[in-house]
Order: sequence, then C-alpha cells, then structure tokens
Amino acid sequence: MKITIASLLCGILFGLGLAVSEMINPARVIGFLDIAGVWDFTLALVMGGALAVTAIAFPLVTRKSHPLLTEKFSLPTRKDVDIELVSGAVLFGIGWGIAGLCPGPAIAGLASLSPSVLLFVAAMVIGQLISPKLALLLNKKN
Amino acid sequence: MVEPNIVGGLTGGIMIGLASVLMLLLLGRITGISGILTGVINWNREEGPPWRLAFIIGLIAGAFIYQLVIGPLPLEMQAQGPWLILAGLLVGIGTRLGSGCTSGHGVCGLARRSPRSLVATVTFMAVAVITVFVMRHLLT
Repeated sequence: MKITIASLLCGILFGLGLAVSEMINPARVIGFLDIAGVWDFTLALVMGGALAVTAIAFPLVTRKSHPLLTEKFSLPTRKDVDIELVSGAVLFGIGWGIAGLCPGPAIAGLASLSPSVLLFVAAMVIGQLISPKLALLLNKKN
Repeated sequence: MVEPNIVGGLTGGIMIGLASVLMLLLLGRITGISGILTGVINWNREEGPPWRLAFIIGLIAGAFIYQLVIGPLPLEMQAQGPWLILAGLLVGIGTRLGSGCTSGHGVCGLARRSPRSLVATVTFMAVAVITVFVMRHLLT
C-alpha cells in the first residue's frame, strides 16, 4: 500500500511538472524541435533542470543498500546497443516529431479530456501492443 | 513569436527530476513512462503490481490539479486525425522496441550514464528534428 501511494504521489509531482513546464503542450515541443523556425528553447531548460537533479541525486541514492520501501533496486543492466534500440528510437522520433507528444505529456494531457489527446493515447497503446510482433519480424530478417 | 517559458521550464524540469529521484529512492525504480505504460498494458502476463497504474493515475491527477489550481492546460495540438493516429502508433511501437522514451532514456538513463540511453536519446532527438523540418519546411 505504501508503495502504491508513494508511486501515486510521484506521478502527481511528475504530471504537475509536465504542466508547469508546458511540455504537455505540443506547440512547445514542436517549437523546440523546429530549429529552422523561431526556436523555442523551453524544452532544453526542462530537460536541463530535470537532468541537473537526477544526475546529482541518482548516484547518491544508488549508493544506499536498498530503496526505502522495497528490498532492492530494479535497474536496467543492459549495455549493448542493438538494432531494436536504434530502430525503436527512430520510429519514436518520427512520431514525436509529427505530433509533438511523447508518452508522459500525452498521458498527463488526458486530464484535459481533449479528444485529440485521447486519440493519440489510444493509438499509442495499440502501438505498444503490436510492437513485439514487429520486433519478431525484424529479428527474422537478420 | 512565442517567448520561451524560462521560469516554468526550469521549475517544471526540477519537479520532473525530483519525481524521478523519489521513485528511485522510495521504489528503486526508473521513471520510464513508456515502460510503466507497457507494464500496465501487460498487467496479467508480466509482473504488474499496482504501483505502475498508480503512477499513471498520478500523472493524469497532477495535470488535473494544475487545471483546478492554476488554470486550463496549455494544449495546442500540432497534428490532426490520421496524422495523430500515425504518430501515436509510431510512438507506441518505437518506445517499446527501443525500451524507453524521453523520461526513461532522457531524464533517467542519461543521469545513469547508460550508453544505450545516450544512443537512444541522440537518435530520437535528431530524428524528431528532421521530421519537423520535413513536415514544416519541405512538405508545406
């Protein structure tokens, strides 16, 4: 129960951060990605602000023997760069560039009850569901 | 011309960073939103403890609280109809195939100096810039 509540509160703080930073707004994101237009560097400040906190605090936190509410840290261990990673990042980049929405802002944006955001999130969920099948195809070709 | 939101950007960024640090400190987890979403979708098949669903609900609740306290969410859609569906599909497929998105690879992975996250972040940033250039300046 404690874990669930802690996660809920972290989600709230994260969602508030996305709204306060306006990353929830596709116009802000596209404004950053559009380097040939009137460049809006807000996203760089958001990323920089977040990274300043995580880059300093993460090493301090992982020095602990275990997290406060669970028995052990569950961190990704892979270090290899494979075709899935790169092709996934390419596909994500195209989708992000078209709509100006990535998973966090899209999900938080559901709070607006905007049908457009709902449509995007529904498509994103379907994309996640069919992704493993496409990954199988990718592996067969290699 | 749109002015950059300096105060909001930095404040919001720090909040996002703090939320990610708290997730690591309390739950020992990386705040990768696409991965958390995958966990919610695969509720029955993979380990799907309620913390993932709680985080997703929290994300929406955070934006909802903003609406209640501060005002309407800034939301200017840049794509419509079929383009939104295509973009959503690509984001869903790509984030699962590439094991992460802006939060997991960008905010958390770079802080952990993960080589995979560095490659992924540089790739999706560059591809997104090219995509916007093609859509805004070549196709229109």
